[in-house]
This record gives sequence, C-alpha cells and structure tokens, in this order.
Amino acid sequence: MRVSVFKWRSLLTPTLSRHLGLALAAFIVLLVLSSQIGAYDDYNLAAIAIFVIATTGLNLLTGVNGQLSLGHGALMAVGAYSTSLLLRGHDLPLILVLPASLTAAALVGAVFGVAAARLRGPYLAGATLALAVGLPQIATRYSHVFGGEEGLTVAPQVAPAWLGADFPPERWIAWIAIAAALITMVLLGNLLQSSVGRRFKAVRDHEAAAALAGINVARTQVVAFVVSAACAGLAGSLFAYWSGLTAPSGFGVALSLQLVSAIVIGGLGSLSGAVWGSIVLVFVPALTGGMASSLNLPSAVGNNLPLLIYGAVLVVAMLLVPYGIDGGLRRLFALARARWAGAASNHKGVVDWDDPAGG
Amino acid sequence: MQRFVVLTLNGLTEGSIYAAMALALVMIWRATQVVNFAQGAMAMFTTYLALFSLENGAPYWLAFVIALGCGFALGAVVERVLVRPVENKPPLNVVILTLGVLLVLEALAPMLFGGQIRSFPAAFSIVGLRLGSLQVPFSGFDLFTLVSVLVVMGLLLLLFQRTDLGLRMRAAAFNPEVSRLLGIRVGRMLTLGWALASVVGALAGLLIAPSLLLYPTYMDQVLVFGFTGAILGGLDSPPGAVVGGLVMGFALSYVGGYLGSDLETVGALVILIAVLMVRPRGLLAWRAQRVV
Repeated sequence: MRVSVFKWRSLLTPTLSRHLGLALAAFIVLLVLSSQIGAYDDYNLAAIAIFVIATTGLNLLTGVNGQLSLGHGALMAVGAYSTSLLLRGHDLPLILVLPASLTAAALVGAVFGVAAARLRGPYLAGATLALAVGLPQIATRYSHVFGGEEGLTVAPQVAPAWLGADFPPERWIAWIAIAAALITMVLLGNLLQSSVGRRFKAVRDHEAAAALAGINVARTQVVAFVVSAACAGLAGSLFAYWSGLTAPSGFGVALSLQLVSAIVIGGLGSLSGAVWGSIVLVFVPALTGGMASSLNLPSAVGNNLPLLIYGAVLVVAMLLVPYGIDGGLRRLFALARARWAGAASNHKGVVDWDDPAGG
Repeated sequence: MQRFVVLTLNGLTEGSIYAAMALALVMIWRATQVVNFAQGAMAMFTTYLALFSLENGAPYWLAFVIALGCGFALGAVVERVLVRPVENKPPLNVVILTLGVLLVLEALAPMLFGGQIRSFPAAFSIVGLRLGSLQVPFSGFDLFTLVSVLVVMGLLLLLFQRTDLGLRMRAAAFNPEVSRLLGIRVGRMLTLGWALASVVGALAGLLIAPSLLLYPTYMDQVLVFGFTGAILGGLDSPPGAVVGGLVMGFALSYVGGYLGSDLETVGALVILIAVLMVRPRGLLAWRAQRVV
C-alpha cells in the first residue's frame, strides 16, 4: 500500500470539511452539555467517549474489514499499562503519553495482526479470545513491573488554571476524552472514504475478488488490525487517566466481549453505530444499577439485576433489531422517505435491509 | 519423574473435561455454524440444578440425571426459541445472542441459588487410588470422569455413525436444503443436535464442579479452554475436539506445574497461536476449505 502524501487541498474536499464541521459542532455541543451536568454524569460522559474510541476502532476491524476480534480489551490493556508505566515516577504531559501508548498498542496489534491475517471466522475469534485471557495474566506474573493484582495507580489530570480553581476533574477528563473521540472519528471517517477504506470493504466482501482486483489481502488485514489496535491503545490510555487505576481485573474477557456487543448493538460497520453502542454500554448498566438500588431488593437479586438486564438487552436486541440501532434508524428513515415519496408516486416502499450505503 | 506422572495424570483428567466441552462446541458448530458461548453458563446452571436437587433430598445419581435432562431441555429451548430466529441474520448476531444468554444465566443463578461459593460432591472418593502399597495421584472420581467422558464419546460415535437418526442429523447439518427435499425434518435435527451437545456440556459441568467449586462463573475458564481445544483440533472435527481438549489439558498442566500456575493461560495462548500459524484450521482439519 502506498503511503499517500497529505495534500492541503484535500481540506477543501466536501468529505473532510463536512466531517471537520460536524466534529466541531459536536465538540461545542458536548462541552456545553458537560458544563450543565453533574460530576457523576461527566464521569459517565467520559466513559462513553473512551468507549467510542475503542468501539470505532473495533468497528473498523470487524464491521468494515470483517475480522472478528474478541481480544480488544487486551489491546486496551496495553495502552493503559503503557500510560501507567510512563507515568510511574515521571510527570510526563498527556500530549506525549497518549501517542506513546497508542504506538505501543499499535505495535502489539501489528504483531498479532500478522498472525490474525492467516485466520478466519471462529479461528480468529478463538485466537483473539486467548489473547484477551492470556495477556492480563502477564501483569500478575511480572508483578514487580506491572503491580500485580493491585495494579498501578495513575494520578488524575488536573484542569489548567485558566479554567478556574474549582473546575471538576471529571469534567476535564470528559473534555479530553471527547476531543480524542471526535479526532478519532474524523480520522477514521476519512479513512473509510479513502481508497484504504474501500480496500478494507473489498476484502471483507470477497477476498478472492479483492485479490483479483490487485489488493494485497493479507497486508490490508494487517493494516486494519494496526489502525484498530491504535484506537484501542488510545482508549486504554485515556481509561487509565479516567479510572486512576490500571489493574488486570479491569481488562478481563468481559471488557473485550462488551466492546464486541457494543458494535453489534450499535450497528456494524458505521461510525454512528459505535457511538450508539457505547451509549448503551455505559448507560444501561448505570440506569439499571440505580434502578436496582432504589427498588430495595435483596442483595443477591439487586446486585445481579443490571447484569440480567444487560444480557436480556443483548438477546432482545439481536432478535428485534438485527442490524443494530444504526440499522434500525436507517430503516425508519428509509420507510419514512418511502412513504413520503409513495404519497406522490404511489410507489411501494420496499427497504433493502442489506443496503450497502450503510458503510 | 514423579512430578511428571502427577502432572500427566492431572492433565489427562482435566483434558477429558475440556475435551467434553470442546465436543459440545463442535457438535453445535457442525449443526448450526454457531460458536455457543453460553455453553459453559448452561452447564453451570444445570449443575446448580443438580445441587438444588441434592439439597432437597435427591440421591446423587438422580441429581446427576436431572442435570443432564435439564441440559437437554435447555439446549433444545435455546436453539428453538432464541437461535432459530437469528439464523439468517449477520453471523455475528448469534455470537452476541449467546453472550446475552451467558450473562442472563450468570445473573439468574445467584438470584435463584445464592451467589456464594458452594462445594459440590463427587460421586466417588477423591483420594488417590492404591496400587498395592503405592498411592497414585489418580482418584476414583478421576477415573469416573475419564470413563464417563469416554462412554459419552463412544455413544455419540455410535449415534452418528451407526444409526439412522445420526445419519439424518449429519445430513441436516451438511446440507439442509437437500436434506429437506429428502424428507428430513431439518429444524428438529438441529434442535436435537443442540440438546445433545448441551447434555455433553452439562456432564462436563458436573464432572469439574467438585474440583473447581460451584459459583456462577466457574465454567467460564472451562469454556475458554474447551473452545481453545476445539479450535486447536479443528471446529469441524469431533475427533479433533477430543484431541484438542486433551492437548489443552496436558499443556496447561505442564505449563502450570513447571513454569508456575499464573502462566497457564499465557501458555495456552502461545500454544494456540503456534498451532494455528502452522495449521490455520486446526490440527485435524482434513482440507483447507475457503468459500469463494
């Protein structure tokens, strides 16, 4: 794959300027929103933004390139541990730590991506699942470096002085995470519109046809894995700042499976799908947790109610909205448009579920 | 040397359980092209049902049969009610669906049976057998585990290779369209496949419960190692599942014994990746098939 040189003129193309404009508008709206809500909601907002980064990357790999990864939690762990190790005994600025952690995860992703490019379907799922199970154990094994089960602590980011002395740290990390998430989405959105993105999709849809068209299938798959791992690393790094603690228990198999469930619930292969999925991922447990504690249930029931509801949401969503929230919304819009057009031309509104325009 | 024998016997016992789990996964994969991530949680749930029966005065073997019977029913219900409707949806959907079932079962179990860690009785003594004056690190229950897994595998082999029903099940999995034309009730065969696989899974859950103790997530690692074993052997091959499960048992036992128990899963990861790099479709895949 040829590395394309950045052309300033491309800033004027409709795609990039549209993405930048949308991102800027979203940033302003979210800043205003985060200033209006309390610290706990800011904390959740930051979590959504962090998950958006990870799920957008995973959606690129799984939804756009067709490689299922059940091990992205482990790649997030690489980012988080890089951050924690860099910050141990040093006071490095965030602007250096984030790219360094991102690079570390991208390197691990490159190594694993080469292996993954040989595997298909459930075999890839099994190998990545083993990664999710195996990698956190290294942290327990070499506890003198990685802090063992207790993990490593990370000092929270303090907001700059010009924002005022009593600016809540939750809001500041939310702002950082939102900015990072929007930058990630703009970059990946552009990548998807480029020839690289088209190659990703071609490989997903038909490997043999893609190879016949001159695409190096294995290399394309490795590139997708690296980009996706870099996103996971960035998310992991921010996760370390956000939670203040990097421990193996935070990066178990459950995290990897949550990320996959988020992109399927949100909508495979689309940027907005990753956003919807992250919102579900953070808000369903938060809402049900609050609900369970307000109901005064016995602890065995109350403690497990959020998990029960989350599982039931996964099952019901797969049965009712098979193409995710994004797919469901697209279908609604298409139906509405068809009905509107049908009033004029008496044309029956048939909606194609597998509309490729969804990418 | 003695240590090696201990680790080998331990690997054999655990490997046979992973083999049973892998076999359950392979049966479901062959029937419906689904990796059933809820397999472990389903086995956990049926083992809780066995414990519940025991606590209400049922003798051990009745509880054992109840668990296997409930496994059969649970597998059939999950296939018919939940998996069938997403059959023609994107392939990832059914993966997420089984993950949802896993979460629901793991939340439901502590609600119904209590979340604390419980001990589960073994059918036979767990003290090492005696050969003359020598006590070997292989208990009566280990022997029972090994024999029951072997018996189940033998029965399945008989079913699939020697009976009309087994032939119909294989045909339904191999080519649903043609099977339907030949008058096979394909849907019913797939449901039966899931039900039988869940019985095998439930057996694995009952056999490992005495050593792992019973808690809502106790089958998670058995599922992961069973899945790894199935991948290792090749998802399309039942003998491969058995070989893969045993390889996992031995490998985990040796890695844990010689290098430290905290490296077990890393060892499993390394072995899996190494094997898949040489044989991307598992050890016993007879051909490299790729749909074009």
